[in-house]
Amino acid sequence: MNVHKSMFPSAFEVETPEGAEGWKDLYPYYTHFQPARRAVDDATFWFCNSQHWPTPFRPFDTIMLDFAIKGLGQYNTRHLVVPPANGVDYRILNGYVYFSPVAVAPEKIEARVPQFMERAGHYFMNWGDLYANWKKKVMAKIEELEAIHFEELPEVEDIEVVTGGKGLDSTNQLFDQYDKAIELAYKIWQYHFEFLNLGYAAYLDFFGFVKEQFPSIPDQAIAKMVQGVDSELFRPDDEIKKLAKRAVELGCADALKSGSADEALAAVAKAPGGEQWLKQWEDAKNPWFNFTSGNGFYSTDKYWIDHLDIPMGYLRDYIERVEQGEEIMRPTEALLKERDRITAEYREMMDEEAQGVFDQKLGLARVVFPYVEDHNFYIEHWAIGVFWRKMRQLSSLLARHGFWKNEDDMFFLNRNEVRDVLWDYSSSWAIGVPNRGSSVWPEEIERRRKIYKALSAHRPLPALNNPPDVITEPFTIMLWGITSDAVKRWVKSDEGGSGLEGMAAAPGVVEGVARVLSSPDELGQLQKGDILVTPVTAPSWAPVFGKIAAAVTDIGGMMSHAAIVCREYGLPAVTGTGNASSKIKTGMKLRVDGNKGTVEILD
Amino acid sequence: MSAASYTLNFADIGKDLHDKVGGKCASLGEMTQAGVAVPPGFAVTTDAYQTMLDHHGLRKEIERHLTAIDAEDIDAVDRAAQAIRVRIRSHHLPADVEAAIRAAYAEMGDDLPVAVRSSATAEDLPDASFAGQQDTYLWVRGADDVVNRVRDCWASLFTTRAVAYREKNRIPHIDVLMSVGVQKMVNAKAAGVAMTLDPGTGDRTRIVIDASWGLGEMVVSGVVTPDNFVVEKVLEEIIDRKISDKHVELVGDEAAGEAIEREVDEHRRKQPSLSDAEVLAVARLAKRLERQNKCPQDVEWAIDADLPEGENLLALQSRPETIWSQKKVEKPKTSYATGMIGIVNTLNNPLASKG
Repeated sequence: MNVHKSMFPSAFEVETPEGAEGWKDLYPYYTHFQPARRAVDDATFWFCNSQHWPTPFRPFDTIMLDFAIKGLGQYNTRHLVVPPANGVDYRILNGYVYFSPVAVAPEKIEARVPQFMERAGHYFMNWGDLYANWKKKVMAKIEELEAIHFEELPEVEDIEVVTGGKGLDSTNQLFDQYDKAIELAYKIWQYHFEFLNLGYAAYLDFFGFVKEQFPSIPDQAIAKMVQGVDSELFRPDDEIKKLAKRAVELGCADALKSGSADEALAAVAKAPGGEQWLKQWEDAKNPWFNFTSGNGFYSTDKYWIDHLDIPMGYLRDYIERVEQGEEIMRPTEALLKERDRITAEYREMMDEEAQGVFDQKLGLARVVFPYVEDHNFYIEHWAIGVFWRKMRQLSSLLARHGFWKNEDDMFFLNRNEVRDVLWDYSSSWAIGVPNRGSSVWPEEIERRRKIYKALSAHRPLPALNNPPDVITEPFTIMLWGITSDAVKRWVKSDEGGSGLEGMAAAPGVVEGVARVLSSPDELGQLQKGDILVTPVTAPSWAPVFGKIAAAVTDIGGMMSHAAIVCREYGLPAVTGTGNASSKIKTGMKLRVDGNKGTVEILD
Repeated sequence: MSAASYTLNFADIGKDLHDKVGGKCASLGEMTQAGVAVPPGFAVTTDAYQTMLDHHGLRKEIERHLTAIDAEDIDAVDRAAQAIRVRIRSHHLPADVEAAIRAAYAEMGDDLPVAVRSSATAEDLPDASFAGQQDTYLWVRGADDVVNRVRDCWASLFTTRAVAYREKNRIPHIDVLMSVGVQKMVNAKAAGVAMTLDPGTGDRTRIVIDASWGLGEMVVSGVVTPDNFVVEKVLEEIIDRKISDKHVELVGDEAAGEAIEREVDEHRRKQPSLSDAEVLAVARLAKRLERQNKCPQDVEWAIDADLPEGENLLALQSRPETIWSQKKVEKPKTSYATGMIGIVNTLNNPLASKG
């Protein structure tokens, strides 16, 4: 065992938060740091993936972790044979997930190159066709998910079951539908990774080349050259903007201004022009309101389509701005022109040979990058949104049968326990006795809820054990922005001082007052001119970017959502500060320097 | 020779007139023609200089002073140079040359304060300062003084150092011609220099600006440590700034009719001499001049306190950067990897691990 003190603690020495005793039971055995494997696990560097999972897991929610990590791994290790990298191993500690990318032994890398060239090469060569096909595959799965339906078991089976000589009962559909939903989520997560790492690799190849040409070029400049303006991730926000303009044009905006979303929609239906407007609203809803205010990884995510008050709130903001004469649509033409200007000006400074290489690499990066942005809408927002809705329907059904009280309590069970509950429901129904779960789960869920709360009250450690001397694993760098420098920053950020450092994600410098938000439910508190400080932002927060003066996040890199949107809105952003949202308090005066990546607390 | 060719308004100076007006005035002319804000003025051409030389046998006299001197004999060179300078200064200008200067000056306004600067035709020589081209007279006022200062500039072609240099390098003295620029005096609130590359590293994605209070001469001569701003050229964002203690400034003293050096008030010394918007305006001006001249530039500029905001930034001079532009660009050691090989290399050696 290591005798020297490591940079970060060992998982085996991290204390359980008070009140969270027994937390391990909430998560599967393969996510535990096992004492029997201590030597190996202690010799490994683990970093907390709070970028994707900023809060602890409810037991059911580890499904997204399992499927995502498995999907990521399979493409690197088994499909594409990425020369230096296999998948990413993971553990859960105190409810938070820790990652450790698995590097390929240096002596084995060379032998993997030819396979990778053939396989990845095929994707790059046929990107357009494969991507078009990908969309079809995903849409088909979404349709299947939409069709999932859980029916309550009948008092007695229909007569046709008997007369038709069917010989089977209604419980089969419950199991089928549940298994089918899980299977669809599993497949959707595999699709998620089919192109993703290749997309990042091509982007990084361009990035590295430009950095070699201009060592001091800001990362955000490179991002600006690649980033498109018509990402489907912008569509939901654009649709709301169009609806706001339309409401003002049609003269039915006033009807939308008060009450709940349902009340407003009822009011607008009666207003002149309201019918026309409602049609546009309905058209926009599907698919564009399949949009979460989180990131899709939690059962608690609120999707617009299920919570119309969220888009209604944004709509009202936009209506107000339109009425004040503001132009709210994104200036896409100007943005494209600006992208061309930036690209041309850097290109101009290269010699002719380099210009040729630049064109080739930029060309590929621009071909692949739409996937890197758009997949998020199809998978995390749309498909996963449907999945969670179906699971909530199942949870409600089981709640009606007394397994638990609240309609979302099911998520305190893991997915295998839910299947056990279906068995309990089915067999007790068949036998003709009360189900057994009603006397087990309410109490157990209560116990788990307390543990979950205790876990949530604690922030995770950024990492465990010692980082390697140099971090070279490409996906650690690409997907999580974890470099040797970032690790040094984490250590430093614990040492205090009035400043914070992160990534210079979008240019500009402003001073203003901080508004610290810890969840999307608090978005309504934002005032015009506030500096948004938050652990992480999501694409569906786009409407608030028209209000704020700058954004500061704990987590995220150059291509994180906050970075992309801030660049587009011309707002300074500093991302990946590690702990801005806990160090900064609402009301503090800040100076945000998006050129240097620093945040200063001025008072 | 017609009077018109003795002076040329900046607005009438195109690139092809370089020989007639020297580098500095040619650059002012080009900038004026391209619509860059430049303080108005005119060049006294090399024709005027030549006409003066031919007047009353001046040329012959100069030649006589210089024919037999030994370049190694500094005392002899010094004596000859001084004699020539005295001779030029006391020489009456040909009437038509003087009339042309007076007329051009009168057209600028009533006793307008001007800067009078030499503009030699041999600036591309390696050590251009030999020509005495640094000669600049600020806050000159009235036609008599203007005429005298023009003559002083011409005399500056014959400093000891310039004469010795030409002797040593076998450059015929009479072949180096001099034009003189007469330009409306800027009432500089702040001024300085902008380079369209990082002079420390040659990095062309940067614009580096030195700025201080008052006229830019203090920055150029190194009397004050200027504020230093670094701007990312393409994104046009300020990425670094060092605000220094600027203890003196050179400002126009209208009553005395000259530029005087004075202490900067306590509260302004450590204040930035440019606002962020002004820094960016200077950077854009430099960038525009780089683009226009198709090579990295070294730009002198000033912010005029008398002009309205948005129109108060003036270009005083723009010349090619010479140090980095002459260096061979270092190419990356390995040749570029493209296509799949590039991607494999990137995966095997991600950028952040290269250190």
